[in-house]
Amino acid sequence: MDPVIFLVQVLNGIQYGLLLFLVASGLTLIFGIMGIINLAHGSFYMIGAYLAFSLTRLAGNFWLALAAGVVLAVLIGMALEWLVMRFLYGRDHLYQVLLTYGLILIFEEIRSLVWGDDVHGVPVPPALDFSIPLTDTLSYQVYRLAMSAICLAIAFGMYWLIQKTRLGMMIRAGSVNRDMVQSLGINIGLLYRLVFALGLALAALAGMLAAPISSVYPGMGNQVLIISFVVVVIGGIGSVKGALVAALAIGLADTFGQVLVPQIAGVVVYLLMAAVLLWRPQGIFGRA
Amino acid sequence: MKRSDRLVSRRRFLQGVGGLALTASPLAAPFVIAQPARIKVGLMLPYTGTYASLGNAITNAFKLYVAEKGGKLGGREIEYVVLDDESEPAKAVDNASRLVNRDKVDVLVGTVHSGVQMGMVKVSRESGVLSIIPNAGAGAATGPLCAPNIFRTSFTNWQTIHALGKVMMEKGHKTAAWISWKYAAGEEMFGGFKEGYEKVGGRIVKELWLPFPNVEFQALLTEIAAARPDATACFFAGGGAVKFVKDYAAAGLKSKIPLFGNGFLTDGTLQAQGASAQGVFTTLHYADSLEIPKDKEFRLSYAKTYKLQPDVYAVQGYDAAQLLDIGLKAVKGDARATKAIIQAMEGVTVDSPRGKWKMSRAHNPIQDSYLRQVVGEQNKYVAVAWKALEDPALGCKMLA
Repeated sequence: MDPVIFLVQVLNGIQYGLLLFLVASGLTLIFGIMGIINLAHGSFYMIGAYLAFSLTRLAGNFWLALAAGVVLAVLIGMALEWLVMRFLYGRDHLYQVLLTYGLILIFEEIRSLVWGDDVHGVPVPPALDFSIPLTDTLSYQVYRLAMSAICLAIAFGMYWLIQKTRLGMMIRAGSVNRDMVQSLGINIGLLYRLVFALGLALAALAGMLAAPISSVYPGMGNQVLIISFVVVVIGGIGSVKGALVAALAIGLADTFGQVLVPQIAGVVVYLLMAAVLLWRPQGIFGRA
Repeated sequence: MKRSDRLVSRRRFLQGVGGLALTASPLAAPFVIAQPARIKVGLMLPYTGTYASLGNAITNAFKLYVAEKGGKLGGREIEYVVLDDESEPAKAVDNASRLVNRDKVDVLVGTVHSGVQMGMVKVSRESGVLSIIPNAGAGAATGPLCAPNIFRTSFTNWQTIHALGKVMMEKGHKTAAWISWKYAAGEEMFGGFKEGYEKVGGRIVKELWLPFPNVEFQALLTEIAAARPDATACFFAGGGAVKFVKDYAAAGLKSKIPLFGNGFLTDGTLQAQGASAQGVFTTLHYADSLEIPKDKEFRLSYAKTYKLQPDVYAVQGYDAAQLLDIGLKAVKGDARATKAIIQAMEGVTVDSPRGKWKMSRAHNPIQDSYLRQVVGEQNKYVAVAWKALEDPALGCKMLA
C-alpha cells in the first residue's frame, strides 16, 4: 500500500472511531453506572439526527440547532427517566430489554408521524464546507476533521467530569453502592436522572453531528446500536476510557478490514470482539 | 392511509351486517337486488420502515387508476385488502398465504423488497393466484421461478443498469471502479453492469463491496482515489445513496472521477443530496420531464389527488392497475377465469407514463432505458440509452 494512502486510511479509521466513541460513551455510562441495558440508545441517535434536520431549518444555523438539540435531549432524557426508567433499577435485565425494545418501536412510530418516512439531508455548516486536498485525486472534508476534534473534546470533558469533579465522584460512588451513597445524604434519584439524561444527550449529539455527513433516514439508529454494544463490550462495561480505546480499535479494524480483506469485511469487528473477550472476558478496561 | 382503509372496511362490514338484518325481515326481501361480486385486490406492500414511502407511492397510484375508472376494473367494483409486509422476508410466506387463503383475494399485488418477493412468488406458484409485482427487481421472479400467473410491471435489477456501460464508454470512460453493497440485489446489478460494460470494451479495474446496509464509505473512497479509474459505477438506494453521493463529492472525487449509477442513486433523494448530486448521470426506465403526453396527464392527476409529485414507483403501481384492467376487461370482470385473464395480459402493450412497453414472454416489461442527468431537484431526461431493453430471463421455462 502506498504510504500516503495508508496514512489517509489511518485517518479514516480514527475519524470513524471517534464518532463511534461519542455514541458508545452514553451507552457505557448508562450501562456501567446505572446497570441499565438501554436498547433505545440507537433511537436517540436517530432522534438527534432528525432534530438536527428540523432545528437547522428552524434556526437557520447548525450550531444553534446543536445547542437547542442538546437541551431538548437532556429534557427528554430526564422526563423518560422519571416516567419509566426509575422503575427498572435493580430489576432483572430482561425487564430492561423488554421495556427499551418497546421504546425503540415507540420512537420509530413517533418519527414516522412527525417527520414521515422520507430521507433527508442536513447541509454542512458553511464555515466548514470545504475540503483540503490530500493527494491529487483525494481531498478531506474539513467538517469531518472538526467533528473529530469535537469528539476528542467531549472525551476529555467526560474524563474530567467523572474523575475530577465532585459530581463525578458521586456518580462513581453511586455505581458501586447505591444504598451507601443514599444514606450519606446524596439524592441518588436525581443523580441517576442526570446520568441517564447525559447518556441520551451524548447519543443525540452524536446523531446531530453525524447528520450533515450522513443522511437522516428511518431506522438509522439500529445499525449504530449494535456496533455501540460491541464498543462497550470490548472496552469494558462502564469504562469511558475503555470505550475510547475500543472505538478507535474498531474504527481502524473496520477501515482496514474493508481494504485488506473485503471478503470478510462484515465480520472483522466481531472477530476483534471475540479475540478480546477470549483474552479478557471483562473487556480491556473492565473490572473483573 | 392504512388506517382509513381499516375504517372503510369496518364501515362496509357494518353495512353488510345491516344488509343481512334487512334481508332477514320478510318485508325487505323484495327490495334486495343481486350485485355482482366485488373483485378483491390484495395489496401486500411495505407501509412502515425504510421502504414505506415506496409502498405508499405504489398504493396511491394503483388507487388513482382505479378511481379514474370510477372505482371499477373490468366493470367490477374493487375492494382492497391492505397488508403491511414490513419488508420482512421471514414473514413473507405467512403474510401472502393469509391474503390468498384466508382473505381469498383474486389478485395479489406486491411488493418492494426482493427478499419478501421470493416468499410471495412461492405462494403465487403454489396457489396459482394471479400476481402482479409492482417493484421488486429480483431476476428470479421472471427468470428461473417465472410462472404463467406471475407478472411484473417494474423492472429486473439487470435491466436498470445494463445500458450504463454503453453510456460510460460513449463518454470516453474506458476503465471503471465498481462499488455497492454486498447482497443479492447489489450482485445482480453488478452482473448487469459488468456484462454491458465489458461487451463494449470497458474494463473494471476495482471491485469494491461493503456489507449491507453499512454506510461508512470513507475507506473505500480512498481506495477509488488510489486506483484512479476513468469513472465510478455504483448501486446504492435510499439513505445509503444520499450518504454515498455526499461523501463522494466531499472527498473531492466527483470532479476527477465522474460518478455513474442506475436511477436509484438519485431517485427520491435529490432534496437530501443537494449540490453533491448535480450533474450525475444515471439510467432508469423513467425520468422527469419526459415528453410523453400520458406522463404529463398522470403527473398532473397524481399531484392533484395526493399533493405530491409521483416517482418511478408510482408509475409502476399505476401500470399494475392498468395491466389488471386489461386482463379483467377481457373476461368482463370474471375474476375466476384466470386462464383467460393471463392470456389477455400476455404480450400486451401497456400505455404507461414511462412510455409504451410490451410484456415479455417471461412476463416482465420490455422497456426503454433512459439516460438521465441530475439538474436541480430533477432527474432530467437526456436520451434513450437503450431502446426496448429486454431482460434475458435466463432459466425461465416459459421462453422455451
